[in-house]
Amino acid sequence: MSNKPLVRFQNVQKSYDGKTLVVKDLNLDVEKGEFLTMLGPSGSGKTTCLMMLAGFEPATHGEIYLNDEPINNVPPHKRGIGMVFQNYALFPHMSVAENLAFPLEVRKMSAAESKKRVDKALDMVQLGGFGNRRPSQLSGGQQQRVAVARALVFDPDLVLMDEPLGALDKNLREQMQYEIKHIHETLGVTVVYVTHDQSEALTMSNRIAVFNDGVIQQLAPPDALYERPDNAFVAQFIGENNKLRGTVEELEGDYCVVRTQTGAPVYARAVNVGRKGDESTLSLRPERVLIDPDASAVQNMFEARVLELIYLGDHIRTRIELLGRDDFIVKVPNSANHALMREGDIVTVGWLQEDCRALDA
Amino acid sequence: MADTANVEIDDKLLKKRLDKALFKNRSRAFLLVLPLLLFLLVAFIGPILYFLSHGFIDKTFAALMPQTTEALSEWDAVSDPTEEMFAAVVADMVVARKNKTIGRVATRVNRDKPGTRSLFTSSARKAAKLEAPFSESLPAVKKDWNDIEVWQAMKTASRQYTLGYYAAALDMKVNADGSFERQDEKRRIHMTLLLRTMQISFLVTVFCLALGYPVAYLLATLPARTSNLLLILVLLPFWTSILVRTTAWIAMLQAQGVVNDLLVFFGMTPDDARFSLIYNKTGTLIAMTHILLPFMVLPLYSVMKGIPPSYVRAAKSLGANNWTAFWRVYAPQTIPGIGAGALLVFIVAIGYYITPALVGGQDGTMISNIIDDHMRKSLNWNLAAALGGVLMVIVMVLYYVYDRIVGIDNMKLG
Repeated sequence: MSNKPLVRFQNVQKSYDGKTLVVKDLNLDVEKGEFLTMLGPSGSGKTTCLMMLAGFEPATHGEIYLNDEPINNVPPHKRGIGMVFQNYALFPHMSVAENLAFPLEVRKMSAAESKKRVDKALDMVQLGGFGNRRPSQLSGGQQQRVAVARALVFDPDLVLMDEPLGALDKNLREQMQYEIKHIHETLGVTVVYVTHDQSEALTMSNRIAVFNDGVIQQLAPPDALYERPDNAFVAQFIGENNKLRGTVEELEGDYCVVRTQTGAPVYARAVNVGRKGDESTLSLRPERVLIDPDASAVQNMFEARVLELIYLGDHIRTRIELLGRDDFIVKVPNSANHALMREGDIVTVGWLQEDCRALDA
Repeated sequence: MADTANVEIDDKLLKKRLDKALFKNRSRAFLLVLPLLLFLLVAFIGPILYFLSHGFIDKTFAALMPQTTEALSEWDAVSDPTEEMFAAVVADMVVARKNKTIGRVATRVNRDKPGTRSLFTSSARKAAKLEAPFSESLPAVKKDWNDIEVWQAMKTASRQYTLGYYAAALDMKVNADGSFERQDEKRRIHMTLLLRTMQISFLVTVFCLALGYPVAYLLATLPARTSNLLLILVLLPFWTSILVRTTAWIAMLQAQGVVNDLLVFFGMTPDDARFSLIYNKTGTLIAMTHILLPFMVLPLYSVMKGIPPSYVRAAKSLGANNWTAFWRVYAPQTIPGIGAGALLVFIVAIGYYITPALVGGQDGTMISNIIDDHMRKSLNWNLAAALGGVLMVIVMVLYYVYDRIVGIDNMKLG
């Protein structure tokens, strides 16, 4: 990653009404060839960032660079950025081939060259022979592929995707995730992808920027984001998470002891805590909680009451009452000798200090 | 497998059962619309069909001059009138005078041969005293009875089912032998009016499109608060009486009106050479464009409202400048709205009547005004019906052409 970034947001701010900032002081570099996902709940500013990059919304403050050129004053049609829209935005009055030829036509490409490119792009998305159809004659997944092909047909350096899979059903969405990922790997094009679906982000991205409240909360590869969230928001937003609140009682190097509301001390890894006496939120993944652990192997061990068992095939999702919270989730794998529990049972649960992260309040 | 076979065999039975199940709902739905259907039939469709039939059927002469009608039916319209024909005319005229219907007969024949009105009324006064042979005594009263064209006119008038009125509506006439011929040059009026009506309607449609398109675009793209205000501005005149709006234009456009006064005040025209903006075609065009504008704006607005902004954005992201994005991507998607608006404005305009009557003057009147004239002044309802029929056919042809080119399912009225 030593080369210059393809896109650089520098102190970018955006306000629609002149009162509140939708995007607050954004700094972000997108490397060449990267698949970067902007992930966040609705209203977190991720789509606004994409629209500013595409040129449909002006930045209120700051500068956006594309290939080291400031592009704040470059109109969208001169930026040469491909874009896939949420509802595909395929032109309904043109055939699939005409849709694909449109960006080549406005670039005054010869008809023969244009046809060659269109056919190649259609083959790439496995829709060769569909050129004469109207978009309305295609299924949702096929329309999606055409939209991707259209955004790529003029060989842009950068492709933006704004929740492109939102309208598809679950199976198709997963299939399209792989297809887009493969196209990205084959072409080596840079993709900036916006979604609110965390599993989509985890599947496809090289790096994920988690947005909340107009600020990037964490920018990291998928595994780091899941395993090592920097703050309580990211821990809660990515994957399933158990939350425990308490006060930092001891802080020593990378480790700390947090006393929860019930008074029990929890040994955790200090990731994002201030000083002794500060409030902290503990984050613990459900699959890292052990039932009936070996007392010598874990630092944390508590008694809990089983409240609810949900059978999910590969695992049993178990809700237990622990340390004053009744929404504590444990995933019990459905293995040959898994613990047999019934509602109302009292069980012992425990976890490693390493797996429990003490984060901001 | 056995189940499948059973289902196939019971196909007809199934259909029967389905019909039976749906019958109750269908008949209930039908009963709900029945009052409206009956009302339309009695108050709208019936009268229209009855009136339109007047364009083909004219029993005036045949009913009032029955003997003459019978005698004329044998006649070849070329040879000299026979004694029986004269006798029949005299006999019918005696009855017609007694029943005070001779005026209607005279009016009817006068339509086919102008200037014959007094021939009938004055001859009828003396008919009772005439003696045989009538072929000599009748021409002695009025020598026009020797004119074969009078007899030909009567033969034409005696036909109960005639294309004569439709011919007249197209500036043609039917001869006694049934052949068609163009009307004398000085009596041609309807074609000119029809063409002018089409021309005015076309121009009004074009003006409405040119003025309405940007307004509709603003309505569809502005934020809700502003666009609601704008929509009220569009609808306010729509809710105002046509009469009020037309007379308002008279106040605006007349020689001493607001527009001319302003032009003189700013020195754009000398006081003694004010523009004649009203009581001519210009007046009709201005007033009609204003009145019909909402008919264009509303369908366009509803279509534009349904075009998500992402289409134009997509076009721009693909490298199209504003102009190309508009022409290649936005405008084609508004065609259903343009079609609906244009068809609506044109069809309403082609039958427009009050506005041209009030501000049209000489060269701004339209075909509806002459229909009105025939209805209320010359009382030639048959010709009015024929003109109305022609108008209807023109509209239907246009509708058909539109359907062929744009497709009627593509139309969106809002």
